[in-house]
Amino acid sequence: MVTGTSPLVLTPDEQAMLDGGSGRAVALAMRLVVGVARAGGATRLLPAESAHVDGCIYHGRAALDLAERLVELGGRVAIRTTLNVGSLDLLHPGMVRADAELADGGRRLMDAYLALGCEQTWSCAPYQISHRPAQGTHVAWAESNAIAFVNSVLGARTDRYGDFLDIAAALTGRVPAAGLHLDSERRPVLLLDCSAVPAELWEHDAAWAALGAVLGEVAGTRVAALTGVPGSLDDGGTTEDRLKAVAATAASAGGVALFHVVGVTPEEVSVDGLPAHRVGPADLRAARDRLTTSLDDRLDAVSLGTPHFSVSEFAALAREVDEEVRFAVPVYVSTSRAVLAEATRLGHLAPIERAGARIVTDTCTYVTPVLDPAAHSVMTSSGKWAWYAPANLGVDVVLGSLAECVASARAGRVVRDESPWS
Amino acid sequence: MSRPGPEPHPPGLHLSGIHGRTLHPGRAAGQVLRLSEPVSFWGGVGEDGRIVDVHHPQRGASLAGQVVVMDGGRGSSSSATIVAELVRVGAAPAALVLGECDSILVVGALVGAELYDVQMPIIELAPADLDRIGPGRVEVEADNAGAGTGLATIRATPPEQAS
Repeated sequence: MVTGTSPLVLTPDEQAMLDGGSGRAVALAMRLVVGVARAGGATRLLPAESAHVDGCIYHGRAALDLAERLVELGGRVAIRTTLNVGSLDLLHPGMVRADAELADGGRRLMDAYLALGCEQTWSCAPYQISHRPAQGTHVAWAESNAIAFVNSVLGARTDRYGDFLDIAAALTGRVPAAGLHLDSERRPVLLLDCSAVPAELWEHDAAWAALGAVLGEVAGTRVAALTGVPGSLDDGGTTEDRLKAVAATAASAGGVALFHVVGVTPEEVSVDGLPAHRVGPADLRAARDRLTTSLDDRLDAVSLGTPHFSVSEFAALAREVDEEVRFAVPVYVSTSRAVLAEATRLGHLAPIERAGARIVTDTCTYVTPVLDPAAHSVMTSSGKWAWYAPANLGVDVVLGSLAECVASARAGRVVRDESPWS
Repeated sequence: MSRPGPEPHPPGLHLSGIHGRTLHPGRAAGQVLRLSEPVSFWGGVGEDGRIVDVHHPQRGASLAGQVVVMDGGRGSSSSATIVAELVRVGAAPAALVLGECDSILVVGALVGAELYDVQMPIIELAPADLDRIGPGRVEVEADNAGAGTGLATIRATPPEQAS
């Protein structure tokens, strides 16, 4: 027998949208929002202030059919909407080795989302420059790293949106009142006590990706609180970059959509009585080693910027490179147009390009064919790239810090410093 | 999204009526395919509807036209696109029977219905009822009860209609 639940109740405005009062595209979008709200047992909808849409990467004809249908029906987003990466680098034609279907379908899909009024950010890290929702506001974001970042680091509220529901929320400005929009779902249910990790290891950026992997593996899809983790969100970007790595890797390794770093992230939480897991340096080292599949020091390429490289990461990379010593292997840096423009203005780009790095915008090297197909062993500072690339691209990976990636790219072989881990 | 799911049926109730909750409405019939673990449609199901996930114990089995029974959904939100794509090419399951709601699969079915006018019902049963379905051919009826949650029923196909 079915357990009784309260039905979904719509406001008069929402009912009018469903009935076609705001046009046929909005009505279609509202049918998707309402269908999901009912299935999930929501009793009402909530207004969303902004959206980040992930449906603009080409995964097949059906997604293109929906986007073009919404355009044909006169659809227009009702709230500010940024776009995740697409399938092509529109600024650097030829960067992606696309076949005819990907080139045509990918371009048409990107064009359709622009026609719906979305902003051409083409970034998995829209939170880095312009799209920074205020704490406590409801938003409809897709892309697992962006969801975890906006919930955890900015303290805005989104559930796990994805293909189709993201653009439906953008067209209607509504989301189901469910999941991580609700106070009751945002409280931590477990604690990761990281106080045993030595201060010098926190200075090694691979430790943060490793922490994300541990968080994902321990928490799964649950909300965790972390204690003993240093940082300040007012330090000019370093802590944001580190928490970006934690969020992206935890979302990949486990499905984490929200975590709280006590004393660092904005939401006040109580950790009293939570079941605690102690995380020490040996756990981080083991996680780093799980994110490394390569068995020797062979190196064919280096990939940086998953999620997209930030201005502060470009500054750090500019400090690491030596213009006199060009990279011995291809080095790819994925970023957004907005960050690229700002990093260029600040003078970070010139030394990096002189050292031989190739900048990729609008897309990312783990979802589209950018790397040389002959590449077997690739180094990265990104836990997310290390998690997905072996299956997506068929390569072996080595996880290292930014400094280790640069040293390795110069040497043409993997160079890692084991001392901080011992 | 979490909510209380359907309660299990008392033991011994005949298959002629296992009731659950409609996640996406529609009517369908097909052979029961019980998956021993959930499959991710994104990366786990090929364009012909076969399981391609190398880690899945039923790799190679076809979901196309079957009443697919699994404990829940799994994996990336891109699975919604794959479900809609399978509906488009006619390789989708006839129906999905889940032990818990998965909104990603529901979105895929909603879009499949909007674009291609094909209803692939999705229903939620109490997890204890999943193993009481089939084997053999069943009919799935998932109604759409206005603003509330609809009632869904699975029945064994009478022998004279079985194929």
